[in-house]
Amino acid sequence: MSARTIWPGIAIVIAFVVGGILTFAFGNDPITAYRALLSGSFGDVYSIASTLVVTLPLAITGIAVAFSFRSGLFNISAGGQYWLGGIAAAWVGYAVKLPAVLHIPLAMLAAVAAGALWGAVIPGLAKAYRGAHEVITTLMMTYIATDFGHYLLEGGPMQAPGYTPQSPPMQPSAIIATLVPGTQLTWAILLVPVIAVLAWFVLQRTSLGFSLRLAGYNLRAARYAGVNPVAAVLTALAISGGLAGFAGSIQVLGVDRRLFDGFDPSYGYTAIVVALLARNGPFGVLLAAILFGALDTGASQMQIVANVPFNLAGVIQGIIIFFIAAEGLLRYFRRRRSAPAAEPRAAAAE
Amino acid sequence: MNVLLNPELWSSALTLAIPIAFAALGGVFSERAGVVNIALEGKMLIGAFAAVAFASLFHSAWIGLIAAILAGALTAMLFAWATVYLRADHIIAGLAIDILAAGLTGFLFNSIYGQMGTPSDTPSLPIWHVPLLRDIPVLGPVLGHHEALVYLFFLVLGVSNWVLFRTPIGLRWRAVGEYPRAADAAGVPVLRVKFWAVVAAGAVAGLGGADLSIGILNSFSPGMTTGRGFIALAAVIFGAWRPWGSFLAALLFGFATSLSFQLQGTAAISKNILLMLPYIVTILALTGFVGRTTAPAADGQPYDPER
Amino acid sequence: MREPPPTPAERPHETVLEVHGLTKTFPGVRALDGVDFDLARGEVHAILGENGAGKSTFMNVLYGLLRPDSGDIRLWGQPYAPASPNDAVAAGVGMVHQHFMLIPALTVAENVALGAEPRRRGALDLERVVARLEELSEAFGLEVPPRARVADLSVGMRQRVEILKAFYRDARLLILDEPTALLTPQEVRELFRVIPQFTERGVSVIFISHKLAEVSQIAQRVTVVRRGKSVDTRPTAGATPRELARLMVGRDVDLQIPHPEVEPGAALLEVRGLRAEGLEPLDLEVREGEIVAVAGVEGNGQEPLIGALAGLLPAQGEVVLDGRPIHNLSVRKRVESGLGLIPSDRQDEGLVLPLNVAENLALRQYYRPPFGRGGLLDLGYWLERATAAVERFDVRPPAPRAKASALSGGNQQKVVLAREILGEPKVLIASQPTRGLDIGAAEFVHQQLLELRGHKRGVLLISLDLDEVLGLADRVVVLYRGRAMGELTRAEATREKVGLMMLGHQDAEEAA
Repeated sequence: MSARTIWPGIAIVIAFVVGGILTFAFGNDPITAYRALLSGSFGDVYSIASTLVVTLPLAITGIAVAFSFRSGLFNISAGGQYWLGGIAAAWVGYAVKLPAVLHIPLAMLAAVAAGALWGAVIPGLAKAYRGAHEVITTLMMTYIATDFGHYLLEGGPMQAPGYTPQSPPMQPSAIIATLVPGTQLTWAILLVPVIAVLAWFVLQRTSLGFSLRLAGYNLRAARYAGVNPVAAVLTALAISGGLAGFAGSIQVLGVDRRLFDGFDPSYGYTAIVVALLARNGPFGVLLAAILFGALDTGASQMQIVANVPFNLAGVIQGIIIFFIAAEGLLRYFRRRRSAPAAEPRAAAAE
Repeated sequence: MNVLLNPELWSSALTLAIPIAFAALGGVFSERAGVVNIALEGKMLIGAFAAVAFASLFHSAWIGLIAAILAGALTAMLFAWATVYLRADHIIAGLAIDILAAGLTGFLFNSIYGQMGTPSDTPSLPIWHVPLLRDIPVLGPVLGHHEALVYLFFLVLGVSNWVLFRTPIGLRWRAVGEYPRAADAAGVPVLRVKFWAVVAAGAVAGLGGADLSIGILNSFSPGMTTGRGFIALAAVIFGAWRPWGSFLAALLFGFATSLSFQLQGTAAISKNILLMLPYIVTILALTGFVGRTTAPAADGQPYDPER
Repeated sequence: MREPPPTPAERPHETVLEVHGLTKTFPGVRALDGVDFDLARGEVHAILGENGAGKSTFMNVLYGLLRPDSGDIRLWGQPYAPASPNDAVAAGVGMVHQHFMLIPALTVAENVALGAEPRRRGALDLERVVARLEELSEAFGLEVPPRARVADLSVGMRQRVEILKAFYRDARLLILDEPTALLTPQEVRELFRVIPQFTERGVSVIFISHKLAEVSQIAQRVTVVRRGKSVDTRPTAGATPRELARLMVGRDVDLQIPHPEVEPGAALLEVRGLRAEGLEPLDLEVREGEIVAVAGVEGNGQEPLIGALAGLLPAQGEVVLDGRPIHNLSVRKRVESGLGLIPSDRQDEGLVLPLNVAENLALRQYYRPPFGRGGLLDLGYWLERATAAVERFDVRPPAPRAKASALSGGNQQKVVLAREILGEPKVLIASQPTRGLDIGAAEFVHQQLLELRGHKRGVLLISLDLDEVLGLADRVVVLYRGRAMGELTRAEATREKVGLMMLGHQDAEEAA
């Protein structure tokens, strides 16, 4: 096994060690803290279910981001598409009357469409025709999505009667059934591996996926290969956004059961960490999503039991992604060891 | 129309623009040297926290200000090390700094201050009433009374402009961002130049953070930058990678926010719709419907001296 | 043109540089294997060798970019071991790279000052740079506009800026790396006019080239390198091109490419009034069994022509392939109609380097049977086909799963060639198909193109290499500033005629 293969694992270890030192520095026992983290996330069936509740949207947004990465695009804000998906699903969920077999799929479909449009139309067209980098446009679209959601809920058309900024509750026919009684974990969790396989299959085994990967590797070569670059950008962002929107619908229909003001777009950022940690592989995404789901869930337990602020989870996330980005360290160490041999500078110039 | 005549609108536009403008200035430094700096958001946040922490510890806003500069620079060193020496992807490394900064400031905030928040007796930077300037009709109410950092900003802006376009250091910054191999061939230590440009960017972004926490207010709350660092990055682009341009772009965003505040009571529009304005303006700016420019040629590309 | 070596007034025949037994090994490659070299004051000494012979490695050692494994270098009588270009510059060595090391967004003066900036009260003193530049321009006969942006200058002008940059740093030994590669013939003449002015002032010049004729023209002595060894040093006076070529390649070279008689058939590619940005209305025809070459200096409309034919660029005018108009079709439909393309840049356009050979071989047909069906890919077929293809086209290593990035330049080009030829094009556009290849790989490419011609297909060869054009073409079209200067048959196409048309002379008669 090469150092590069296990590098994500090393990054995780470094992050937890630094987190432990930080905990210790503020007068808490890192062992106690991490034990609380572990028991809060995997200690019993309820905590495992809670972990999976967070894993669910993270995994799907993670796949969404990985899909965009593989297509050479940086959908940095799956969070905005997630919000839009939540809005669309919520509206279908409370405003439309249908039997459950149709109601849930329709709400999900609406969410996928909303996320796809939010992700593809403005950032996609801006990128394809105006060369605007999707990193900033999708970031801005996230803030706009959040403000738009708040507008709908704070005295806007989706606010339920009363003063609380929230939508009316979902109709029973739109609620995804619970898998583990007494928890918020729904049957939707079973969809996650299916989506992972599907995304992988599309990228690796279909001509659509091949054309998106070509565009991702090298747009000039892709054009030469006959790929329409505008279509490739729009398609990739639409699929990525659609997946993120889908995650939003699962959160609203399965967990929140109405749309709240505090609907959280920060999954979008964690999703990036998930995708990068997994090196954009669909199955790695599942593992990484479980890790971050556990971190998120266990962190509140850690705060209660060990008095360590839950923000430690963010510190650990940040360090992990930092070291993933700093993979160049490996090369640095390798070269240090074999310094005299390597001088490739001008060999290629000949 | 009355709204536009209200000096408060223009005065607060300036106030709201300055934190973004500081960060954007940092963005100009680092992007001119070829490093895309999405980490500005995190550096602002760290600067904002350090400013409050040290200001309240030493009962001096000025010490807080210096702490913010140093904290921003230190954070930038981490970012610069990764992007320049380890050739990390600029966007991913920047995002890492942003996530880390949010987590770390949240952690420290909760560990040190907890539920009570930062101490209410934290000093803030003084408001300066500038003689003469404040007496000018029309402009006086807009420009005459501001927190100290507004005036300091113009000093920093002037110096930055001079350094970037009139000194050897500035020439080297611009050169390594355009074509690092050529700079290398001319004997410029490319990596070192990039590194210090990014560190300078961090110091300035730290000032922007300090302006938020001890310039305008005297407190810190987690996540208080709310994307200003990202907007600053857009201001860099909109401002054509020039110090003055980025300031004017920041002013536009400040104006959009100020307008949304001013209209809140009067107009029938939801404040949430108005709050979208700066973000929409940013997208319009990026798509070139409001001016269009070219980036430094090697912006965002890690430089490997051995290839 | 040739002048006797200048005799410097003060110390005649002073030796500037002595190199003995220089070696340098890269992992798996012996780049320098015993190079001996010496240079006198005021001399122009050429280094002649093929691509990959070791010329650039030698230069990079002299300029402090590489450190040698062993060997002895003395500069002005002192041991010389530069650890960086700065050391080289401090020792009075200047280098003009083949690909200019200039920053287009900056002005000439800023480029010259960079790295050696004069200061006045902390600020950059550009006025001093401008004044010094004007002095140097005067002294060496190199006019440049000091305040213009480099981006706005011609290639020849940029080269002067590079040379002045070296003189600004007091270079007394100037290395010119393939200085004529990007120049028009006039610019070459201009360069050769000023070089003696350098040597008159005591500057010594190392002139690196692989072109026999210009070496004899400008240098007093020539050292031939082959496979990292300096095989011979002799005065250029009396050295015949034939001898030099044999020394360079290591065997008797027949510079003639075999060109069997083929009776051309019906028109396969008809182009009428084709225009695009950078290309003025152009008519062109390629018939069955014909190689039509487009000659010209780089940047005279070749890329717009290729882009317009392949559908990669917006263009107007008619393109008819085997009787069927294709000018309104997409890139993909043009490929399906039988138009093959070997693009100029194999690494950035012809191949997707992170993908493997099998995937690259499927690059332009992956979406249709037998490569894929109903939107699904048949990867088994890709591998099978690639296994046969690497065999037939002698790709080394013959591994369909090898990443394209892991192949050498010659083998990368074989993959591109294999894909296009296996696509069974009616007409193949081959743009600079042998650029940067060694002689063996280039011969292979030429054979394949001639074989297509033998099978009554059409080839449109776009090349900057006049030898290749004259050796392969049945007809030659010359492009100058996006315009066709006229067309010559194989019999009419002499080096002189084509060369003059490349300079913008209207047609062959006038040129002759």
